[in-house]
Amino acid sequence: MSTRLATGGRLLDRSRRVSFTFDGKRLSGHPGDTLASALMGAGQLLMGRSFKYHRPRGPVASGAEEPNALVNLRDGDRHEPNQRATTTEVFEGLTATSQNHWPSLDFDVGQVNAALARFLPAGFYYKTFIHPRPLWKHLYEPVIRRSAGLGKAPDPETRDPDRYEHLYAFVDVLIVGGGTAGLAAARAAGRAGARVLLIEQTPHWGGRAPVDGGEIDGQPADDWVAATVAELEAMENVTLRARTMGAGVYDHGYVLAYERAGDHLAAPAGPRHRLWRIRAERIVTATGALERPLAFAGNDVPGVMLASAVRDYVVNWAVSPGDRTVVVTNNDDAYRTALCLKAAGLDVPAVIDARPEGGGRLMDEARAAGIRVETGRGVAKVKGGKRVEAVYTCPQVGEGATVQEIKCDAVAVSGGWSPVVHLWSHTGGKLVWDAAEAFFRPDPDRAPLGDDGAANVIAAGAANGALGPGEILADAHAAGARAAEETGHAPKSDAAPSGDARDEAPLAPVWLMPQGASVKLRQKAWLDFQNDVKVSDVELAAREGYESVEHAKRYTTLGMATDQGKLSNINGLAVLAQALGEEIPQVGTTTFRPPYTPISMGAIAGPATGATFQPVRRTPMHDWHAAHGADWEPVGQWRRPYTYRREGESRADAVNREVKNAREALGMLDASTLGKILVKGPDAPRFMDMLYTNMMSTLKPGRCRYGLMCSENGFLMDDGVVARLDEETFLCHTTTGGADHVHAHMEEWLQTEWWDWKVWTLNVTEQWGQIAVVGPNARKVLEKLGGLDVSKEALSFMGWTEGTLAGFSVRVFRISFSGELSYEIAVPANHARALWEAIFEAGQEFGVMPYGTECLHVLRAEKGFIMIGDETDGTVIPQDLGLDWAISKKKDDYIGKRAQQRSHMADPERWKLVGLETLDGSVLPEAAYATAPGTNANGQRNTQGRVTSTYHSATLGRGIAMGLVHRGPERMGEVLEFPKVDGTVVKAKIVAPVFYDREGTKQDV
Amino acid sequence: MSEPAPALGGARAEGYVTVAELPPQGMIAVRGDLSEEGESLAQALADATGGELPDVRGMVQTGRVALAWMSPDEVLILCAYADAPELAGALDAALSGAHALVANVSDARAVFELSGARVREVIAKLAPVDVAAFGPGEMRRTRLAQIPAAIWMPEEGRLRLMCFRSVARYAFDLLEKAADEGAEVGWP
Amino acid sequence: MLRLTCPYCGVAAEETELAPGGEAHLARVGPEGNDDAFHAYLFERENPRGVHFERWRHAMGCGKWFHAARCTVTLEVFGTYPAQTTEPPAHIRAAITAKRPGWAWRGLS
Repeated sequence: MSTRLATGGRLLDRSRRVSFTFDGKRLSGHPGDTLASALMGAGQLLMGRSFKYHRPRGPVASGAEEPNALVNLRDGDRHEPNQRATTTEVFEGLTATSQNHWPSLDFDVGQVNAALARFLPAGFYYKTFIHPRPLWKHLYEPVIRRSAGLGKAPDPETRDPDRYEHLYAFVDVLIVGGGTAGLAAARAAGRAGARVLLIEQTPHWGGRAPVDGGEIDGQPADDWVAATVAELEAMENVTLRARTMGAGVYDHGYVLAYERAGDHLAAPAGPRHRLWRIRAERIVTATGALERPLAFAGNDVPGVMLASAVRDYVVNWAVSPGDRTVVVTNNDDAYRTALCLKAAGLDVPAVIDARPEGGGRLMDEARAAGIRVETGRGVAKVKGGKRVEAVYTCPQVGEGATVQEIKCDAVAVSGGWSPVVHLWSHTGGKLVWDAAEAFFRPDPDRAPLGDDGAANVIAAGAANGALGPGEILADAHAAGARAAEETGHAPKSDAAPSGDARDEAPLAPVWLMPQGASVKLRQKAWLDFQNDVKVSDVELAAREGYESVEHAKRYTTLGMATDQGKLSNINGLAVLAQALGEEIPQVGTTTFRPPYTPISMGAIAGPATGATFQPVRRTPMHDWHAAHGADWEPVGQWRRPYTYRREGESRADAVNREVKNAREALGMLDASTLGKILVKGPDAPRFMDMLYTNMMSTLKPGRCRYGLMCSENGFLMDDGVVARLDEETFLCHTTTGGADHVHAHMEEWLQTEWWDWKVWTLNVTEQWGQIAVVGPNARKVLEKLGGLDVSKEALSFMGWTEGTLAGFSVRVFRISFSGELSYEIAVPANHARALWEAIFEAGQEFGVMPYGTECLHVLRAEKGFIMIGDETDGTVIPQDLGLDWAISKKKDDYIGKRAQQRSHMADPERWKLVGLETLDGSVLPEAAYATAPGTNANGQRNTQGRVTSTYHSATLGRGIAMGLVHRGPERMGEVLEFPKVDGTVVKAKIVAPVFYDREGTKQDV
Repeated sequence: MSEPAPALGGARAEGYVTVAELPPQGMIAVRGDLSEEGESLAQALADATGGELPDVRGMVQTGRVALAWMSPDEVLILCAYADAPELAGALDAALSGAHALVANVSDARAVFELSGARVREVIAKLAPVDVAAFGPGEMRRTRLAQIPAAIWMPEEGRLRLMCFRSVARYAFDLLEKAADEGAEVGWP
Repeated sequence: MLRLTCPYCGVAAEETELAPGGEAHLARVGPEGNDDAFHAYLFERENPRGVHFERWRHAMGCGKWFHAARCTVTLEVFGTYPAQTTEPPAHIRAAITAKRPGWAWRGLS
């Protein structure tokens, strides 16, 4: 039984207690505990069930690499699944529940899967459940989905109340990892004067060194760590950040770091997580090493743990995983655990060392401490279900014949160490296989490169393959000094901190225990605890031809899910290599991808939540619209009133009312969203002729012209009215969504093609509020406001003028997108709402009503005016829309002209714009297709046209539509069939696209 | 004309940094060749405004007028809102011989002032700018979360940010959140 | 995430401040061009493993278009330069040659 020791616990504040619940049970721990240490201290070693077989599982590790101890944390709005108990700090009131079991952690029906394990090998779902096919959807998949999977997804009805943010940081040297290596590197770089950021994923500095013991610079490791942290904190140019994990390294020295600023608090005052977006000239990865488990039968039974983790629990948290712990190893380091347990007064029945000759100095120390050491031995099998009961030892070289049963309640295993090379590898740093240590370490000759082509990541300490305390410090000190030097700072000549040199006998690679384990044993020897992948699964994958490590990973799921194979990676590929009869470096590793451990979606989103999810653009009259019942419609990032609904009115009724009123009396439209771009210079006329399909150079100052703009591909990209302000200056109106990209389009051509042309552009969209005053009474209201002659004579159709209207400085354009008498009035934005209100007030006697975008659409559709984005979709050319009149035949060139001469563009078979009139007067469904006889190669109905705009016309009292139809304009009067989604068919006649006032007399009065 | 109304009516938020929308600010955009070949234009610009032409990314305040470098061929003149129409007219006249574009854009933007010891930190949460290397005398155009924006510091402890008027609410909400009590970082 | 220095304003801009613009140094083919030439201008692009020339716009900044010479394999940036040129300037080509002797791109080397 795991338990809290009477004394010790270097990270604990034993004077205080914090209480928390696990599966509803009230437990307590101390400040400084992780959830895992607190649970173990309270005797709770069983923390979860495995993914596939629902095997009972306890923690294997003590940190970020933990695959088993995943829990649901917190309740309600703050609920979060799959959190590692080993990296969760306990706080007063924390609630956690175990996951992946039913009905309870102790008794799980799903464990039947384990009994059926023989039938559920790697890739079982690809073969076992294939036939009969219907059963997959209705039986197999639902059952598998219910029994597999990990935590409980948050309730979709809840909203995360916490806040998240980003932070951009620019540094000379980023050091990832706050162990002795990171501290030594930071000290060297900091003393040299470099701008240093040192981040550490846990709340504590110093890493493993204080647990493993020994001295640094003649002081106990803890003291050296404290002194070094104090020195670094005092440096202006150094920043230390605990609880901050280096999540990923990206191109050109960009690094994401994940700060868990509030996870250790019940309700953080500030952001819960902060994503640091760091740009570092040099990145020092002092990320340490992870211990590997050993593969033997029953190595997943709760109580089997990494030897280093056992040591951590004893020293850091005063927790004993068991009273009697057998140590199983292939290297010397695990003897430290045996000695540590012994020193804590716990029983170590034996150290099982797979090496025939055993170890060196540490083995001798263990023997001297009275610990029995059995060399050349392995574990045939662990006895126990929810808890280790005994191990059966055997000769490592054999097939697993038991030599002895040793009673115990915990097993500490060590298969050697692997440097954490993730960050090194993210941007392509290569690895070399170190056969002596049996691990991959960074290859300094093939380091990740920065934008200058120089190596920009430097691995330091254990992450670089240095394993002795002294070697780690020397390597890290050199790395820090190098990073500083390469970023233009002169390192001081002081020596590296001194530590003990490594004094260990060589490790013997052991990938399976015993070496010749039978199939039965291999089926119980876990490689990947989280995904329930065993030695037998990897061997099966190899037999079935999955020779690439990437394929084998996906077939077996080895190294997938939240832990991404931190413990299983090397062991798994070693087994694969053996099965393939190849060497490990030839098989290689799978790709390391960010993030190092999972990071929250909240941190990724940062400020992009709620009101700041994305920018919403508001016109100067936005609040007026809101106060007058606007139903909003997003148009690009703008919000525009769709219609202004009155009490008790439906949206459709409101639109019909607005349409009629604009045609019969007076409407007002907020047109501020239209883009407005100034184009000025001696070459402006020439430039305008290139930009637009029309001849703009002949436009007279004081006049307006509707123009079309195409891309170089020939496709229609934008349209709008151009006003010529003077000989050299044009004002181009664009569509609501188009201002930015049209302006960018202009600048692109001016900067990159015609840079010798004398033309300046300026996007003045936001300088102006724009108000369309529309309808038979439009002139009357402007005359009433006074100050400007808006008579037909003074301001004729398609003219513009400027002056003072009701005391406001304005520019007035006599243009119409409705077919009615219409003025568009531009006024400086800070005055736009006041003018809007003045017009609205003055218009009362003329029956003024504001109208929204849907009314705008109906008005323009009745007139057959096209809308960019409705009639166009990036594949439509002006000729398709019958806009040949707006394409100058006199010009040699304009952007898109050459493309429109390509054979497909000039093809008479193209779909072209027509009006569509339903025979029954109904409204055609949006985007409906007109069917043609026969089917295409995919067996789908052939089509001959589609609806691009469709509305109920309040003016005509019937449905009207426009559409693109095969050879449409040649087929006037023909009736097409448009199937609806409900299976019925609507018939519509091809007509001219102008439904109202064909002669255009109403707008020109 | 009416009293000019800023986008948010002078919104204000008190966090560990104070964020306040400023009253309308006079702004005149001038596009013209500011390189050595355009020396005469630069001189005419300086003369007409009584200001000094800034270096690349620079901003120079001279009396009531500040000139900010926006691009190799664009200067933004900051002045009193009420002065802008007249100054723009004068500039237009002064530069009529040269190839230049002058426009009063005083209504196009919203301007916020951030004040407090940690104004840089608030910007660092939203813009990919090395704020430690940024200070008075510079006009930095950049991205604030998802919108274009520009920042400058009249002096230590005060930072101004401008963005387009239509996204003033978005910018203010972002800044308010970033400057909220409890969200202090200690960076740079 | 790439970082490119804008040759106009000197900002070392991260990718999010920039807008990509595809391959650099394309010569426009207008109405006088034949079908093949126009097709090549519209659609045919280099996709090299190694030295490449690209267009970028400092969109969230000074608004200027510039060119970048870059290695598509290592992402090393050899240099950035203003867009008002039909071919890479000599100092950029020299910088590439120093790092990638024998490089070739379209007709350039």
